[in-house]
Amino acid sequence: MRDGQVVKGVRFRDHQVVGDILELAARYRDSGADELVFYDITASPDGRSVDRSWVTRVARLLDIPFCVAGGISSVADAEQILGSGAEKISINSPALSDPTLIDRLSGRFGAQCVVVGIDSQTVDGDYRVQQFTGDVKRTRDTSRRTLDWVREAQQRGAGEIVLNCMSSDGVRRGYDIPQLRAVREVCSVPLVASGGAGLARHFTEVFTAAQVDAALAASVFHSGELAIPDLKRQLRDAGVEIRP
Amino acid sequence: MKTRDVVIIASGGANIASLRFALERLDVPSVVSADAARIGVATHVILPGVGAAADAMSRLNAAGLVRVIPQLRQPVLGICLGMQLLYEASAEGGAACLGIIPGRAERLPDAPGRPVPHIGWNTLDIRRDSALTAGLGPLDYAYFVHSYALPIGGATVASTRYGDAFSACVEWRNFYGAQFHPERSAAVGARVLRNFLDIEPPCA
Repeated sequence: MRDGQVVKGVRFRDHQVVGDILELAARYRDSGADELVFYDITASPDGRSVDRSWVTRVARLLDIPFCVAGGISSVADAEQILGSGAEKISINSPALSDPTLIDRLSGRFGAQCVVVGIDSQTVDGDYRVQQFTGDVKRTRDTSRRTLDWVREAQQRGAGEIVLNCMSSDGVRRGYDIPQLRAVREVCSVPLVASGGAGLARHFTEVFTAAQVDAALAASVFHSGELAIPDLKRQLRDAGVEIRP
Repeated sequence: MKTRDVVIIASGGANIASLRFALERLDVPSVVSADAARIGVATHVILPGVGAAADAMSRLNAAGLVRVIPQLRQPVLGICLGMQLLYEASAEGGAACLGIIPGRAERLPDAPGRPVPHIGWNTLDIRRDSALTAGLGPLDYAYFVHSYALPIGGATVASTRYGDAFSACVEWRNFYGAQFHPERSAAVGARVLRNFLDIEPPCA
């Protein structure tokens, strides 16, 4: 989301408006999505506080869980969002700047609502964490190894890890299975795969080959190319247990 | 539906807003209160809960509700941590709870392929008839988010599996519990909330 509208980019750039928040939220609720994640990509790079009145409107509308991400850098930010009816908050850049934020959020609200989002890509032959990915001009390599950060985030109280494999994002050629497998090895909290879904078989593949707990996708649903009921039917046919 | 006066106990849980919105979607207004007198006159009482057991108990203690809640005679629904609080104790920080239902919440065991917290949609295995689960069947999924759970016991009316089976819904006299989040469990959750609100309160 940016400025109250839903947008989607390719490899984290060139974002296009795809629709109104409430319309899309209702559409995905009715088509059987199990959870929605709202990323406010303007929030963190601008270093400004954002208007979050939309969280209450979304919470009134949705009868499935949803998570809010973007620019949450304090217990007070999280309290406002959770108090408005979101189930979870997801933190990314602010946790890299101050990892104790994870401890403080988890201590106050419980690990189950603290999601740590990690934007990762291969740098010098290793998986490395990228920061400020919402703005291509500010995106930087943190020199942190992704696997180290996954371990540290869990120790600090993350209840869920969302791994965004940046080189796969928006290009719909499938999830980054080798990277997700490597992260799964060190991740004992729920792991959510993000970045690269283009076909139903990509979802089947990520559940069976990388043992992730959930798969997140945006472009392929926003474009209407893959309908959630069809996807779920194909997953069930492939033996993946999922809510109809 | 008959007139309902629902009070949500202000237990500091983060799911109070989503619970109120879920009741709004059923056209049922609710108030949030920690006042014993206000809670006492409600037709239905909901004890929500997200967070740590000891923290929630200290809030109830500070509000003077630890002795009040077990004496309530109207239908009471504990949700998630709120259901665990109805029991004697929780392994989470060794907290003493409200002591209404015998038993203790235990931590879900860490096991390969079963990350904790358990987050996700699970089916419900109906074990015996209860007003709370009326109309629900084996194909219905509910949304769970938790690290502690109640073993199967005398109050269990529905269970689910995450490794071992544990209590998903409980009923004990006028006290009911859901380990999952009905407020975020789509049509299944709405049915559970409606079932709860359909339970007749005792005559005043």
